[in-house]
Amino acid sequence: MTGADAMVKCLEQESVEYVFGYPGVAICPFYNSILDSKIQTILIRTEQNAAHSASGMARLTGRPGVCAVTSGPGATNLITGIATAFADSIPLVCITGQVNSELIGSDVFQEADITGAVESFVKYSYLVKDAREIPRIFKEAFYIANSGRKGPVLIDVPIDIQQQEIGEFAYPEEVRLRTYKPTVKGNTLQIKKIVAELNKAKRPLICAGGGVRLSDAKEELRQLVEEYRIPVVSTMMGIGVMATEHPLYYGMVGNNGFPWANRAMKEADLIMMIGARVADRAVNQPERVMKDTVLIHIDVDPAEIGKNAGATIPIVGDAKHILAELSEYEIDGNYSEWIDALENYRREMPVVRKPVEGFVDPAELIRKMSYKMEDNAIYVADVGQNQIWSCKYHVVRNGRFLTTGGMGTMGYSIPAAVGAKLACPDRQVVAVCGDGSFQMSMMELATMRQYDVPVKIVVLKNNYLGMVRQYQHFTYEDHYSVVDLSGSPDLEHIAAAYGMKFLRITDMENIDEKIDEVLSGNTSCLCECIIDPMDLV
Amino acid sequence: MNRKVFQLLVENSSGVLSRISGLFSRRGYNIESITAGVTANPRYSRITIIASGDDDILEQIERQVEKLVDVRSIKVLEPKDSVYRELCLIKVEVTDQTREGLISISNIFRANIIDVSENSMIVELTGNQSKIEAFLGLLSGYTIMELARTGITGLSRGSSDVVWLED
Repeated sequence: MTGADAMVKCLEQESVEYVFGYPGVAICPFYNSILDSKIQTILIRTEQNAAHSASGMARLTGRPGVCAVTSGPGATNLITGIATAFADSIPLVCITGQVNSELIGSDVFQEADITGAVESFVKYSYLVKDAREIPRIFKEAFYIANSGRKGPVLIDVPIDIQQQEIGEFAYPEEVRLRTYKPTVKGNTLQIKKIVAELNKAKRPLICAGGGVRLSDAKEELRQLVEEYRIPVVSTMMGIGVMATEHPLYYGMVGNNGFPWANRAMKEADLIMMIGARVADRAVNQPERVMKDTVLIHIDVDPAEIGKNAGATIPIVGDAKHILAELSEYEIDGNYSEWIDALENYRREMPVVRKPVEGFVDPAELIRKMSYKMEDNAIYVADVGQNQIWSCKYHVVRNGRFLTTGGMGTMGYSIPAAVGAKLACPDRQVVAVCGDGSFQMSMMELATMRQYDVPVKIVVLKNNYLGMVRQYQHFTYEDHYSVVDLSGSPDLEHIAAAYGMKFLRITDMENIDEKIDEVLSGNTSCLCECIIDPMDLV
Repeated sequence: MNRKVFQLLVENSSGVLSRISGLFSRRGYNIESITAGVTANPRYSRITIIASGDDDILEQIERQVEKLVDVRSIKVLEPKDSVYRELCLIKVEVTDQTREGLISISNIFRANIIDVSENSMIVELTGNQSKIEAFLGLLSGYTIMELARTGITGLSRGSSDVVWLED
């Protein structure tokens, strides 16, 4: 058995079903061995998207997504995808081929110091120096990626190590890491303090972040919220943790969030942040918001607590465990006046949009499409104006909402949707992007076609990099610089070239029928929606 | 701006030091000195770091460092509960007239003369930082040709918070 055989065996032991990647000589032994395995390989069209697809898959399966690329440019191309997963705490195991061990450091063809280059975007990385270490390293990598605060782990394997004979293969039963022990269970004393504060509070608010989803604590949260009738808001990464139309859910906070949700944050006398970073986009001037507020911060990463706002009650651990333990206590609070007030805010502060006739109104399109999508559909939003409209107007029922909130990487939606669809072939997957982000990933239409991955793609086309144009509108008084997307291809031809169904929607006439047509059937579809180029989020 | 002395126990493997120093540089933390060496158990290294910043930053440093997979533990060495030492080598220019003076200052500080040439001497001094600063202050009349300082290393006093390392 060679090192490459062992790598494949390790992936089998971890029940990996798909590997996204792009080969080159330095990873060829691995791709040769994987042919004898049941693991399916997906040839993505550029390495960055291998990480995004693996991310989409990880977010649906709850297990690390896997990608494998070659050395040098293959590895460096992967970095943006890795950084995206790192910012969103998505577990990945990224395998890179490397030049022969003896040549490392001599700048030979396609050599890059990938473990060094990726250091600030991975939870951990390995450069394998002896193939006999492969089982241990893979076992550790999968464990590290998917425990504590999740994130990407990179394994760099020189080609000679992949070719090295190792004899018998034995996969370790358990991980033995002396220096890595993430906290899972919350401190009971701190949990009792939460109960005491909730008893005292008049205006409590839960702010749910992506950590609730990552720790699979959605049910525990819903039970707590419903039992004690505590209102909830979410960060961008927390969208979908509560059903959008749940009566106690008040939507997304932050500088692109809903005004009533932000007002709730301002007026609450107790805020319970769960799996959220209190980051700049979500909480404006956290030190001011939190001054007179009891801040309970639940996070699996101790370094997040107190990083952006000092918590009154910090509690380190896994949200699922902590919420389950919290539910064992009786909370004696009545917040109905507060909920009445929030209901009023929601009524009094409507979001008014003035859509221009003769275009598709993206807000209305997204809202209408939500109700027409299957109940458990997966909605993948890209980055730009489309992301903000998606966050605000997509209605999640029992489905999922995926986007990159941390890094904000354009081009995320299509490859992530591919990963999500492969993970859940029976669920409807819709990627929504702008014409800028679409062109960053449009090469993946080939991947969709090659492996028959029927994803619906909705492109909100305004011939602009809309989010930047909007910024230049406000900041530079319409002095537009490098945001004009003229020269973009005719999407109808693109769809035809890739053998996809195509639909163009130019205005709101018969919009229902048109959306139905886009969503009908388990086939891929490219839908171009012409929106007002001057529209603002 | 405060200073803290952190003591880390880490895996003794390649790349650990670069992971730690990389964390400091990318998060913009100030590092004043860093020393590292293997412990009695060769699987671990002990690293002493002096960092400065306001209290929030110092707390973040502790938490971010602790998060690194290779870091087994980090603790703050409080001055009152700890001993710190630094080694300093100083090459001083001397003449027949100044040599005796330097030797007597060195004796007072229990510093060792470890190299002598016609026009220079190397003095070796061990101590806490204030002792070294005081000694260097007394050399103001001399020309220091070269100076090498290790940065401090330290241990906490007593045995109450020893981390016992398994084999």
